[in-house]
Amino acid sequence: MIEIVSTERCVTCDVCIAVCPTNVFDRGPDGVPVIARQDDCQTCFMCEAHCPADALFVAPLRQPAEAGSPLRDEAHLTENGLLGSYRKEIGWGRGRKPGARLAVGPELGFARTTPRA
Amino acid sequence: MPTEPTPLDLTADVVVAGGGPAGAWAALAAAQSGADVLLLDKGYCGTSGPTASGGTGVWYVRPDPEDREKAMASREALGGHLADRRWAARVLDQTYENMHRLGTEARYPFPVVDGEPYRRGVQGPEYMRRMRSWIRRAGVRILDHSPVLELLTDPSGAVAGVRGHRRQHDMAYRVRAGAVVLATGGCAFLSKALGCDVDTGDGALYAAEVGAELSGMEFSNAYGIAPAFASVTKTAYYNFATFFRADGSLLAGASSQGGRAVIAAELMRTGTVLCSLDQATPEQQAGMRLGQPNFFLPFDRLGIDPFTDRFPVTLLLEGTVRGTGGIRITDDECATTVPGLYAAGDAATRELICGGFTGGGSHNAAWAMSSGTWAGRGAARFAATLGGGSARRRLVATGEAGLRSGAEVAEEAILSVREQVHPYEKNYLRHGDRLRPALAELDGAWSGLRGGAAVRGAAAIRSRQAAAMVAHARWMYTSALARTESRGMARREEFPELDPAQHHRLTVGGLDRIWVRPEAGARQAVAS
Ligand SMILES: Cc1cc2nc3c(=O)[nH]c(=O)nc-3n(C[C@H](O)[C@H](O)[C@H](O)COP(=O)(O)OP(=O)(O)OC[C@H]3O[C@@H](n4cnc5c(N)ncnc54)[C@H](O)[C@@H]3O)c2cc1C
Ligand code: SF4
Ligand code: SF4
Repeated sequence: MIEIVSTERCVTCDVCIAVCPTNVFDRGPDGVPVIARQDDCQTCFMCEAHCPADALFVAPLRQPAEAGSPLRDEAHLTENGLLGSYRKEIGWGRGRKPGARLAVGPELGFARTTPRA
Repeated sequence: MPTEPTPLDLTADVVVAGGGPAGAWAALAAAQSGADVLLLDKGYCGTSGPTASGGTGVWYVRPDPEDREKAMASREALGGHLADRRWAARVLDQTYENMHRLGTEARYPFPVVDGEPYRRGVQGPEYMRRMRSWIRRAGVRILDHSPVLELLTDPSGAVAGVRGHRRQHDMAYRVRAGAVVLATGGCAFLSKALGCDVDTGDGALYAAEVGAELSGMEFSNAYGIAPAFASVTKTAYYNFATFFRADGSLLAGASSQGGRAVIAAELMRTGTVLCSLDQATPEQQAGMRLGQPNFFLPFDRLGIDPFTDRFPVTLLLEGTVRGTGGIRITDDECATTVPGLYAAGDAATRELICGGFTGGGSHNAAWAMSSGTWAGRGAARFAATLGGGSARRRLVATGEAGLRSGAEVAEEAILSVREQVHPYEKNYLRHGDRLRPALAELDGAWSGLRGGAAVRGAAAIRSRQAAAMVAHARWMYTSALARTESRGMARREEFPELDPAQHHRLTVGGLDRIWVRPEAGARQAVAS
């Protein structure tokens, strides 16, 4: 679920408010969006992909992260290069090559069935 | 029932409800046929729905007779022989054309393999971002965060517009239109599977309220494999998996295809199934990263190496998003049985090309873009035949449960539908002895929604979702009970065999009283 809107990074462009399919954000008093309805977050990572300032972090959990979790710690996430990592991966942002250009997955073939021991 | 005046009063030749791939292609086709088009999305056209957040393989096959034959034959038995080759061929043709247009007109950056654009898949965020700008350039007006709440008809019963609510402005709206395309997606029952929570079956409810029929609703028990903690259901990559019990022993027979029931049974028994994608070679691992970057988000963010570590998995309900059930299609332009109403994508039945089995894997994406194209054209043509008088028609509101009743019980109904549809022992490992009581509970939830006060304003968005999910579940289980055999995805524990006498599609419909019957054409075919 969405956990972080970085007040330091946010450029108050309102893009996340517009693009979140389940309407999770509201505009805060200082213009920085607030996570108003976290329960409605469907962990789709779309806000993060569209944020031009790498100011959002979506924890990869279907439940809110626990208090004290590193997934709620902006300093930890910045240090580990996790803020904006999805955007980078799909090659969005100035000077990047779209990830779609390289998106050739492996041939899937037949599914493996777990054998008997 | 006459409609109340609303603050925002609009007109259009064609209204498209839903802005996933099916809605976007429908809007494009309608606009390019000369119609004035308004697209309304519950979320945001460009990010909403599983395609936008996911990425999809596309059923893209060269128009070579042999390749085609192979592509069509590959799924026929799996789908219980309910697919129709003529439709499959039409979809292959249209998909081929659309994928080319996506590259040339929308400049989608396809990868290049052996000097050729590789068109067998698209990355969701890129695909849908481009669809949005493309349809805007074509003149389509888009209203985001504006869920449709009900259809409006003229006194003859033909569909003549929609009514809805703009949730970020807290304002009701009404649109008069010559024709409406429902492209609202399938129903995943708020399971939090990737991108699926906007898909609550709304279109099917609205269609049934004006008398349209549904088909294939028994084929609605799709569950995707996801890490136990995460939303990302990408079952195909588990082709490389080995599954384990909690004690580390091998879970024999488990598989992403044909062995998901083993996983479900173990989850029911002990609550834990572990997995490792240990069968992928280094080349395959690298390809997976490029092909589906978001598959790795949960792992990378938690420091798990899915190729060597063991992590817990679960099965998340994807209902009719990856099942095949939906609104019944009656002609080549994706018309429904109701004049002026068209359906496309997951909102429409995919039995025509998949029979009783999709499970994703490219057919859905191909269907979304093809059926969208046809529905958009059909709707534009229908609207044009009405001439100028269409905007002067008297409008009749058609929405009932969750709108004109049900204010107090919507949350209860959502809880109830989740309890009756999510559990594996009810919906996945089906048995009449468990389906019947579940259906009785759902019928009770429906009666509750039919009583009580009208729902006011923005609250109707949620109560209409509740009503749509309950209705969806009742059509699903009524059809599942009528099919006393195992065919396609619809399996019954007490009827494990395919019954040649039931080689027909099932049509279902109704709201307070649900009916189900074999599809007329198919019934004759069986009799002859
Ligand atoms: C994780 C995942 C991976 C998948 N991978 C593949 C794949 O590889 N290949 C494949 O073929 N298929 C795949 N599928 C299935 C595929 O995503 C769907 O078939 C496809 O998205 C259907 O498109 P659609 O436009 O019909 O519906 P959706 O994409 O679901 O779009 C529906 C739209 O309607 C809107 N809406 C809903 N209700 C209303 C309302 N009341 N008013 C207005 N708007 C409304 C929603 O906001 C949404 O924008 C996958 C599905 C999942 C969940
Ligand atoms: S998209 Fe990013 S920069 Fe824009 S308002 Fe949201 S958080 Fe701030
Ligand atoms: S992850 Fe998806 S649902 Fe959650 S806040 Fe971001 S855009 Fe909204």
